[in-house]
Amino acid sequence: MITTAAATATPTPASAALYRRRLRTNRINLVLSMAAMAFGMIFLLWILVILFGKGFAALSPTLFTQTTPPPGSEGGLANAIFGSIVIVAAATFISTPIGIMAGIYLAEFGKDGWIARVTRFINDILLSAPSIVIGLFVYTVYVAPVQHFSGWAGSIALALIAVPVVVRTTENMLHLVPASLREAAVALGAPMWKVILMVTLRAVRGGVVTGILLAVARISGETAPLLFTALNNQFWSGDMNAPMANLPVVIFQFAMSPYEDWKTLAWGAALLITLTVLVLNILARTLFHQSATR
Amino acid sequence: MISQAASARLPGTMSADLPTRDRRDPQPPVRHAGAGRWQDKLFEHTTRFFALLVLASLLGILLALLISAWPALQKFGLGFFFTNVWNPVTSSFGGLAPIYGTLVTSFIALLIGVPVSFGIALFLTEMCPASLKRPLGTAVELLAAVPSIIYGMWGLFVFAPLFGDYVQPLLTATIGKLPIIGALFQGAPNGIGILTAGIILSVMIIPFVASVMRDVFEIVPPVLKESAYGIGATTWEVVWNIVLPYTKVGVIGGIMLGLGRALGETMAVTFVIGNAYRISAGLFEPGNSIASSLANEFNEAADPIHRASLIALGLVLFVLTFIVLALSRMLIAQLAKGEGKRT
Repeated sequence: MITTAAATATPTPASAALYRRRLRTNRINLVLSMAAMAFGMIFLLWILVILFGKGFAALSPTLFTQTTPPPGSEGGLANAIFGSIVIVAAATFISTPIGIMAGIYLAEFGKDGWIARVTRFINDILLSAPSIVIGLFVYTVYVAPVQHFSGWAGSIALALIAVPVVVRTTENMLHLVPASLREAAVALGAPMWKVILMVTLRAVRGGVVTGILLAVARISGETAPLLFTALNNQFWSGDMNAPMANLPVVIFQFAMSPYEDWKTLAWGAALLITLTVLVLNILARTLFHQSATR
Repeated sequence: MISQAASARLPGTMSADLPTRDRRDPQPPVRHAGAGRWQDKLFEHTTRFFALLVLASLLGILLALLISAWPALQKFGLGFFFTNVWNPVTSSFGGLAPIYGTLVTSFIALLIGVPVSFGIALFLTEMCPASLKRPLGTAVELLAAVPSIIYGMWGLFVFAPLFGDYVQPLLTATIGKLPIIGALFQGAPNGIGILTAGIILSVMIIPFVASVMRDVFEIVPPVLKESAYGIGATTWEVVWNIVLPYTKVGVIGGIMLGLGRALGETMAVTFVIGNAYRISAGLFEPGNSIASSLANEFNEAADPIHRASLIALGLVLFVLTFIVLALSRMLIAQLAKGEGKRT
């Protein structure tokens, strides 16, 4: 240690130049790294500022009370808001049990067997599979045979996107349960299914709920899979077997239109969706943080 | 010993420990275990059914798309992927333009997104004050949570006009003057086109790539980094010569994950790419990606062969992203596996 200090204390001109160059490279790259961070943050802020500015300007009570208008007349988004809630809720109800059961299998039964390994792999791929292809798939297997777009088709497409998220978090959460907890329950004579459903799963319910919230956040902003499934509906409709209005498709159609009042409505809808997604994300995070620290 | 006996009843570990348990436990628990056994089997099979359902959904997607795309593949053959015609009037279709658009926009996205993501990951793991780590990390992840249609709207109404008015003329005046690559930056600066789509895609993939990079950077054993700092390495030298080589497999996996996202991204691209079945040298020109042609045309396609051609494009997209994402998974998994051994 002392010899090193002595060596650096009396630098030759060459080594001093090298040292300066290394410091300079270091400084330049660290500044670039900070610039990259700033780049990301600027885009986030830019998008949010524009969205809040234009979105809040579009907010009004009629947004929630009137249905989507024909061009040139007054209207709101009530049918689209309702449709989005119904479609997403149905998708959540379909995907939650499937996701949790598959997650239980992976964590508790499959473990390192080939079925579990392959399923895990496929699940990870489905997690980032292009959502428009999922929409196309539901179109070919459901919409085309029954020959009409429907709210159910939209829910099925969204459920397909939500399932991998729930599977992943459920499995990861179950792995966190200490073996002693399972052993204690088994030692009391509980059968395996009771141990899993009433002890292990219950121990991590905060984490599992986090996964479901993240899945809901993910699907509430999805547009592409709804284009070929739920389509849109200009009127109020609670019929899941008919085309159904929903916020993302309304945004797509209205934003691309040449009418100013439609564009304004699109910004209002965009704000509603983004707020929902961000709030769900933050909620999931705090919930996870709480259950992790407890 | 007690815990061993207890874990012996977990299916999977049961057979090996069975004799010991039988010797230790007399009658009653055995009878009790027998009573619950069929329910346990039922439960296990039910959960396995749902796991297989996940597995089957992937095969189902492939199969359904293949069947629906078959008429187009049969009619146009392999030429479908290499010809650039898209004419619903004469019913002749070739998917080269959207395939080209998908690849080029994704490539631009990686070109911009990867260095920026690396910078963000470096900042978050090596430079960021501990108190800012969590908020900034969360902010990056929120960037990923913003729905893609919002990026599309922002791109169309805010980014594209500014880009066309200020940045594109600047690019033409500077890089556009250079030989060879200059040709890429020529064209009408109207803000809509391949380059704009690529830039917006890059913003969208940054959070994904940056989070993976940050996560793999954090698995580097501190002792390795401390040794490097100990012999006088600068922060940059530690990251470039120690952290990056150690995690290169995971970093490539993260980049592939970003690529997979970029290839399949629909809404953000559809708004700004211009929707023209054209392959042009200039990046300012409008183009089309697979996802954007699907979003724009599928519902209007009345002709069955038009519809089948679009589904064939969807199949191409799915297979492409499948390969990229599978490679990404394998690389990241490989890094995680080596983690224990090398430390």
